[in-house]
Amino acid sequence: MKWHVLRPLWLAIGLVVVILIARQFLVPDDFGVHGESFTYNFHRLSNVQEWKDFPVKHLGRESCVECHEENVTVLNASPHAAIECENCHGPAVGHPDDVEFLPIERAREHCLRCHASLDYPNHARSELPNVRDRTHKRRRECVKCHYPHDPREKPE
Amino acid sequence: MSCSRRDFLKQACGGTLASVLPVSAFTFLSMEEARAAVENANVRWAFLVDTRKCVGCGLCVKACKNENEIPYDAPVMRTWVERYVITNDGTAHIDSPMGGRDGFIDNVINGEEIDPDTIDKAFFVPKLCNQCDNPPCVQVCPVGATYQTGDGVVLVDREWCIGCGYCIMACPYGVRFFHPVHKVADKCNFCYHRITKGMNPACVESCAFDARRIANLRDPDDPVTKIITTERVAVLKDEYGTKPHVFYIGLDENVR
Repeated sequence: MKWHVLRPLWLAIGLVVVILIARQFLVPDDFGVHGESFTYNFHRLSNVQEWKDFPVKHLGRESCVECHEENVTVLNASPHAAIECENCHGPAVGHPDDVEFLPIERAREHCLRCHASLDYPNHARSELPNVRDRTHKRRRECVKCHYPHDPREKPE
Repeated sequence: MSCSRRDFLKQACGGTLASVLPVSAFTFLSMEEARAAVENANVRWAFLVDTRKCVGCGLCVKACKNENEIPYDAPVMRTWVERYVITNDGTAHIDSPMGGRDGFIDNVINGEEIDPDTIDKAFFVPKLCNQCDNPPCVQVCPVGATYQTGDGVVLVDREWCIGCGYCIMACPYGVRFFHPVHKVADKCNFCYHRITKGMNPACVESCAFDARRIANLRDPDDPVTKIITTERVAVLKDEYGTKPHVFYIGLDENVR
């Protein structure tokens, strides 16, 4: 065959070889099929551990009770027992070492998430104690009159 | 060269056997791989959503955003809550402002005030990644950056993702989005960092009404698995054949 035909062929083969060599260095060792299916399980294995190591932010009531036993006891005996502390106080990660004070959600809109009357028939929201935003103590903070840890009580 | 009939048959059979047996049949698992395979076989994560219990407070969306470092004010979320209000003229009014992050505190849907007297039924539907058994998002990834783990959760490799967005297009449930900070595809992974430590996902933890629960389908004693296996549950877009693993109680024909 003529030289001008072979030249691009050598170039193509050379490129393939270069790519194959580069691949050896660029693709991590743990990349491959980890599981039954090539379609679904082809991945970098160490990424699973990376996701497992993602930092946890919401630590749960068990973490709060260590210092705030009084509040947790009141909450647990109240109609609000099912509500997590961190729903109103934000994620506890770093508290109290780095984050000395957690925010306290006092906004009226926060209470209205559950207690705004929507007048939906046969609906869980309608079974909760609810108020009409437009007529009930317009724009006032709910926590001024209702103690959130035990809504049956008045705030001190 | 002479060849008896016996020799010929022997060699032919041997040759056929050798060519049929794949090399992979002789692959042996290392201890680590074997252990991982056994561990994975004991877990298959699934999710149960009871739409009858959801009051639309949106605290799950808020908790998810904080837990998973999804920019709070960006219009992207790993889980969201949709509101369906069906009025007596047969119209379905559907909204999910900011994914329901701030809850649903009035009767205004898409700028329209709905008269409570005209409402036939109304309900909230929390949505999240379905962790499909046949995930179409994984099939389309050109670089192997998204995959299914042995326990059924579909993860995204943030280092390997090139942000092409094929998976975002491929998901029939629209659960994937482009992460504005990491510039990669992102989605709900059932809070993989929490469930692998024995904790509940952040949305489950924050739900005061037990509307969202996580289950291990391989554990027959799991109370949520018992509900999924014995009660009437439905999945979204079953006809796509993706085998989703988020099960719903109280789904309506209007839910898309």
